[in-house]
Amino acid sequence: MSKHAFYTKDLSVYYGEKQAVKKISMEFPAREVVALIGPSGCGKSTFLRSLNRMNDLIPGARIEGEVWIEGRNICDPGTDVVSLRQRIGMVWQRPNPFHKSIYENVAFGPRYHGIRGKKALDEIVEECLRKTALWDEVKDRLHQSALALSGGQQQRLCIARSLAVRPSILLMDEPASALDPVSTSKIEELIAELKKEYSIVIVTHNMQQAARISDKTAFFFLGDLIEYDDTQKMFTNPSKKSTDDYISGRFG
Amino acid sequence: MNLPATDIRTAPAEKAPKRQRHIAEEFRGKFYVYFCVLLMIVIIFSIVYFIASRGLAPFIANGVSVKEMLFGLKWNPEGDPAAFGALPFLFGSFATSLLAAVIAAPLGFCASVFMTEIMPKFGKTLLQPAIELLAGIPSVVYGFVGLSVIVPFLRDTFPGQGIGILAGALVLSVMILPTITTIATDALRSLPSGLKEGSYALGATRWQTISRIILPTTLPSLLTGVVLGIARAFGEALAVQMVIGNAPHIPHSLFESATTLTSIITLEMGNTTSGSLHNNALWSLALILLLMTFVFVFVVRVLERRVKR
Amino acid sequence: MRAKTVDRIATSVIIGVAVLIMAVLAALLGFLLVRGVRHIDFHFLTSFPQAIKTGGGIGPQLFNSLFLLVLTMIITIPLGLGAGIYMSEYAKQNRLTDFIRLVVEVLSSFPSIVVGLFGLLVIVNTFNLGYSLLSGALALTVFNLPMMVRLTEQSLRAVPREQKEAGLALGMSKWKTITSVMLPVALPSIVTGSILAAGRVFGEAAALLFTAGMSSPRLDFTDWNPLHPTSPLNPLRPAETLAVHIWKINSEGLAPDAPEIAAGASAVLVIMVLLFNLGARWFGRVLYRKLTASK
Repeated sequence: MSKHAFYTKDLSVYYGEKQAVKKISMEFPAREVVALIGPSGCGKSTFLRSLNRMNDLIPGARIEGEVWIEGRNICDPGTDVVSLRQRIGMVWQRPNPFHKSIYENVAFGPRYHGIRGKKALDEIVEECLRKTALWDEVKDRLHQSALALSGGQQQRLCIARSLAVRPSILLMDEPASALDPVSTSKIEELIAELKKEYSIVIVTHNMQQAARISDKTAFFFLGDLIEYDDTQKMFTNPSKKSTDDYISGRFG
Repeated sequence: MNLPATDIRTAPAEKAPKRQRHIAEEFRGKFYVYFCVLLMIVIIFSIVYFIASRGLAPFIANGVSVKEMLFGLKWNPEGDPAAFGALPFLFGSFATSLLAAVIAAPLGFCASVFMTEIMPKFGKTLLQPAIELLAGIPSVVYGFVGLSVIVPFLRDTFPGQGIGILAGALVLSVMILPTITTIATDALRSLPSGLKEGSYALGATRWQTISRIILPTTLPSLLTGVVLGIARAFGEALAVQMVIGNAPHIPHSLFESATTLTSIITLEMGNTTSGSLHNNALWSLALILLLMTFVFVFVVRVLERRVKR
Repeated sequence: MRAKTVDRIATSVIIGVAVLIMAVLAALLGFLLVRGVRHIDFHFLTSFPQAIKTGGGIGPQLFNSLFLLVLTMIITIPLGLGAGIYMSEYAKQNRLTDFIRLVVEVLSSFPSIVVGLFGLLVIVNTFNLGYSLLSGALALTVFNLPMMVRLTEQSLRAVPREQKEAGLALGMSKWKTITSVMLPVALPSIVTGSILAAGRVFGEAAALLFTAGMSSPRLDFTDWNPLHPTSPLNPLRPAETLAVHIWKINSEGLAPDAPEIAAGASAVLVIMVLLFNLGARWFGRVLYRKLTASK
């Protein structure tokens, strides 16, 4: 088994005529956190969203190139995107729990994928909520609406929801940018915990956050991948000048 | 239980049947929504086809001339010789609906200006619900009120029996007021606020701003509302039929009994045998109504294109 | 100085018009309720109408209206949801979609009398359903469908995109995501709109004259077998609704107390529409609160 969890090869994304992501080839190591950084509009979110073909939803968006996950190229027209997405969890900028109970939010996915029986589902719900450090906070009100939770709790619930369908990869699009500092640090702790089991790709605007939680960092600029290296090296001794400028806050 | 981040190779083996399931599910769903849309298309084409096939029969099979139907003054399908002049009905329909629009349009504009520019809070809490309520009142109730309030009032105030074009137009104007007001209000609300502020900054009064900036800018939307109102009035059957008097000739005044396309259809359709020339002539009138609907939709589309530009 | 005067006059005119509209509505409701409520009692609401004597009621008509409303909504809602889901989620941006949009627009602009005539020609005669509740319900479906389609489309479009993406990211099919994730979010506005549409159906008469008919058989309210011809539940019997009844007694009523009955029936109709209006707002709010758990 190769060390990497998945990789892209010459991946380009177009919105109409505009090329938002330009021929990016990247390898993502298994069970490590990769942070994607760069100024707004640099294509990092678009790149993230093409890893599970979420961009298909946007009219006019078009992907070229290859993304290899579990031995399959997901950009191949014959790929069953729907079952692919089960293997890749996703977390959004704004918490987006389903308009259902806390329990249902987590149990909904596994039940759809064929897990029946209350006991099995109960176990999954408890396990996922424990993994996201939410269990103790919500165990007494599992059947209340998820929308009554605080923003930070909602976001952790969303992570629990994506864990419940057993992905191997987690994609996170600025998961803490809409949260307060306390909730943010909880999410960061959680990411450090989760990378023991999952390969994580996280888009962030927050340089300190990238430095704190990631193993590798990729710097995007105008749709190009400028530099991709170990986080430590990126933040102390980047090889490209523009990376240095961005990280030290000279632009962006 | 252990929820591992599964190794790639130990990914669940039941993948194959599951894939079948979600594809089948998607297929069923798509099939259903396509069915619903197709049904709608079938309905509209069959409406046009069936009404046209009956409505064209008098012209094709019985040699009634289109010119007579559109410009003839005499309607006597059972007579000898039979006469198929529908001009009085056309006149009545156009007269009532246009007059209703003439009454309702200024009121609707004032109401929408009131709700957006003058007292937005009061407008939102009181006037808007009131107008929504007016829209919800059934047309037979309007007819009943027209018959028991407006007609006696007109009879006492003006010469004549009270029934006629003006009574019909008054009833219709209340009925189409919500359409005109709602669309005008939406248009005024979507106006960029910089436009207004710019005008006020130049020292213009509120009325100057409204009449020179706001109304000209939103004119196409306002006209859309008016056309939709006329369309509704044109197709309204029972409320008008109850107050207009139903005499099949062109009236000499607003207070004289008249009739409309919809009223004559309502009154005579039940009393004629299906397939008879008289019956088919009524279907021709229905066809005219149908064609007018297309005209109204077309005009609205043209106006909406103006708005977008 | 002159501009200010004009401004003051214009403002007063506009305020005057607003007051006038409120006054018209108040007078309208006041008239209907004052004239009508006097005649509404239990007997009026439950007894049979009388052709030439006084003291007739509107029992069967009220029942017919409600039953017809239920039948119509049972047919309209699934079809409207389906077509609305298509318009919002499956339709691509192309000519076909533009055409379907035009179809919806035209369909919603047809005068209700035209829809009724179509019902007469196709449903009553060609399908041979006769003057019946079912014919009436089908005609009202044609009349109501475009509204339901637009309502569903708009409500689904208002659902945040992240909700849809969350469903898809869990590996669900698009259909499952729409029905299990997006529809629940859109539900409050769909329900509110449907109740308002129901109010419109309840008061509709022109489309029913030649489809549901202008008379009812002598209903036997003890016989609830839908297959019996005089059973209230038989969908294949003719049925005069409340709105049609109002029209009929106004134009050809022979009973000496016809004006009173018309007033009472109109008041009942308006009260029902008011209830639908208030009910829609209230129910939508309750549902929203329940589904979003906001206080």
